[in-house]
Amino acid sequence: MIDFELSEEQQMIRDSVGAFARDEIRPAARPADESGAIPAPLVAKAWQFGFVSGAVPEKFGGGGDTRPAVTGAIVAEELGFGDLSIAIHVLAPRLFAFPIVEMGTDDQRAKYLKRFTGADFAAATAAVMEPRFDFDLSALQVSARRDGGGFVLNGAKCYVPLAAEADSMLVYAATDAAKGFAGVDGFIVPRGAAGVTISEREKNMGLKALATYELTLKDCRVGADARVGGDKGIDFSRLMSQSRVALAAMGVGVMNAAFEYARDYAKERKAFGVPIATKQAIAFMLADMAIEIDAARLLVWEAAFKLDKGGDALKESYLAKNYVAQSALKVTDNGVQVLGGHGYIREHPVEMWLRNARGFSAIDGIATV
Amino acid sequence: MIDFELEPQVLNQLKMYHMVSEQMMRPISRECDEHEHQKPTQFYESMWSASAAASNIQIGDDKSKKPDPSKPSAPRRANLLTVLSTEELCWGDAGLYLSTPNSGLGGAAVMAAGTPEQKERFLKRFKEGKPKWGAMAITEPGFGSDSSAVTTTATRDGDNWVIDGTKIFVTAGQMSAEKSEGFVVVWATVDKSAGRAGIKPFVVEHNTPGMTVTRVENKLGIRASDTAMIVLDNCRIPLDHILGSAEVRKEGGFKDVMATFDATRPIVAAMALGVGRAALDFVRDFLKQQNVAIRYGMSPRRLSAVERDFMEMEVQLQAARLLTWRAAWMLDTGKRNSLEASMAKAKAGLAVTAITQKAVELLGPLGYSRKILLEKWMRDAKINDIFEGTQQINMIIIARRILNYSSKELN
Repeated sequence: MIDFELSEEQQMIRDSVGAFARDEIRPAARPADESGAIPAPLVAKAWQFGFVSGAVPEKFGGGGDTRPAVTGAIVAEELGFGDLSIAIHVLAPRLFAFPIVEMGTDDQRAKYLKRFTGADFAAATAAVMEPRFDFDLSALQVSARRDGGGFVLNGAKCYVPLAAEADSMLVYAATDAAKGFAGVDGFIVPRGAAGVTISEREKNMGLKALATYELTLKDCRVGADARVGGDKGIDFSRLMSQSRVALAAMGVGVMNAAFEYARDYAKERKAFGVPIATKQAIAFMLADMAIEIDAARLLVWEAAFKLDKGGDALKESYLAKNYVAQSALKVTDNGVQVLGGHGYIREHPVEMWLRNARGFSAIDGIATV
Repeated sequence: MIDFELEPQVLNQLKMYHMVSEQMMRPISRECDEHEHQKPTQFYESMWSASAAASNIQIGDDKSKKPDPSKPSAPRRANLLTVLSTEELCWGDAGLYLSTPNSGLGGAAVMAAGTPEQKERFLKRFKEGKPKWGAMAITEPGFGSDSSAVTTTATRDGDNWVIDGTKIFVTAGQMSAEKSEGFVVVWATVDKSAGRAGIKPFVVEHNTPGMTVTRVENKLGIRASDTAMIVLDNCRIPLDHILGSAEVRKEGGFKDVMATFDATRPIVAAMALGVGRAALDFVRDFLKQQNVAIRYGMSPRRLSAVERDFMEMEVQLQAARLLTWRAAWMLDTGKRNSLEASMAKAKAGLAVTAITQKAVELLGPLGYSRKILLEKWMRDAKINDIFEGTQQINMIIIARRILNYSSKELN
């Protein structure tokens, strides 16, 4: 039955994560963007929310939460509202932990999940994207070839967050390229494995505070036990839908950040003796931004709801993410426009949000709910 | 708890509406478009008897029904069900939907502004007898969006109100005023010096002397629906035909106009959804016949232009739908929804205008031909971006709300 009300628990989570985003992440966002470094104490503080450990089964020392995707989307939106780079950074360990929680073998769970239940941030990551203009999740070119008891990985990955500090990473590779999503497996690759080269840190238009790397895999050998889920493998389509929901939710947060800032500015800034917000040209831009934010959020929640019902929500999450990729760009661009020349100056955050928002059409698979 | 699922019972109900659309509307859709003022009387009769069976549809926020605290009440969802059924019926034909005999916008005004006794008195006719229509008259030749500029007057004269003025663009005006035992809710001012506060709704019964339909418009689309000009000349009605109170209070009367819009804008948004879905379904089926696959999940950079267009149409429609459901749900749960109703209306009107125009474009020479209904849906869709508040008026309302500005500060 149709309902748009968050549960009390979800409202509490939204409020507490939202307050953290507003009070602690936001002030750190600009310095982090300029310096390329996220303060360790901030990451440590975010870790205490249990964004990763909460979903680790109790048996392995975690909170044993069922982690509904709707709640995950709410968290992702609030963190994205704070800052996109910091949001992706603090949630990056999920990229490694959650697929193992959901689809790993018991041995893999026992071996890898404990590290996420401690008091300190445990860096981990996944390698999904590949450095090609026509990169497509359903047609990965990094390959995993069976060899004896194990697999041999070859190819190049990019936009791998925290690769240089992560203990382990999950590398997605095509075991059967003809099968699309169904032909993809995830492999646990320790940092420093033979055949893996981690590049210099990538330099991007936005997400400048997030450390991402290219990865080259040259005849990288892993054992059969490195394949997530063992012979059963993974449901890559579902994992990517979870990722799209998370990224789209973060996009809604970025949109909301730009909207609030532009709205408040427009009410303060005067032209011709009156606040510019009293001019229809500006007021309509703000109204349009507000509509797009709500529309995007509802699409994200619907996709998340479908995921929670057990489907892979491939279509819903894909459409929601593409919608956000477009509307986040439009909304943040409006944010810059409302501020006029001031919007172009790095003293205000709107230009940073525009650069970050542009990334949604490029990135996939680097966050999850 | 967030939930986007319609339960089987509702889905079954919608299937019924879909059958009505398919079997009663689509077959006469083109003919009613080509012969604008010809009345599909058989359709009226069938819809009337069908609606007698489902007469529980209710528009607006019925404050007269106080919940009984001793009983765990089922959540109210009349508005949600109304937008769902509206989409389904407008999938069939938006013009025929608007011409369906029912209390219409007149009923919405009675629900929003009337006393419990008035609701009973004026609305019970829609459950019995012959087909009847209800209409609402706000717009005048001198104004459209600025609905506080009403110049039609209502003057007290003994036991009567005397109404004078001219109203235009009255949906189902002819059917309500002259061709059935219906009524027209006329918005008129009881005190010009009071401005908005003096504007009040009056129920004018069919064939009341002094009320004349002087013109029925020829339109771009929704041609099955009559859009009338109504002249009120020394039109006398009983005192108790003023809806609610005659007292002029600050924000009084105009608030009722706005409350009516809060309830009707989601419905207009749902009308748009129905037309948009008709076009989308048609294009989807057509592409399927041509073996053009829509590939979800793939990098947008690998998609064809047609796939991208189609997905854009699809997601825009869904975005508008979710905003519409939310606005209706808020009304059902007793939340103030002016902002959200305007968001739904603005989004749906614009999205569906674009969707139907794109659908015609995608089918090229076939889309432009009157052999199929796409071009008609494009014409039908456009009205949703205009009536019940134009795109621009809704944007102003949204802007005022998000900026916390009064109508004086932002206009």
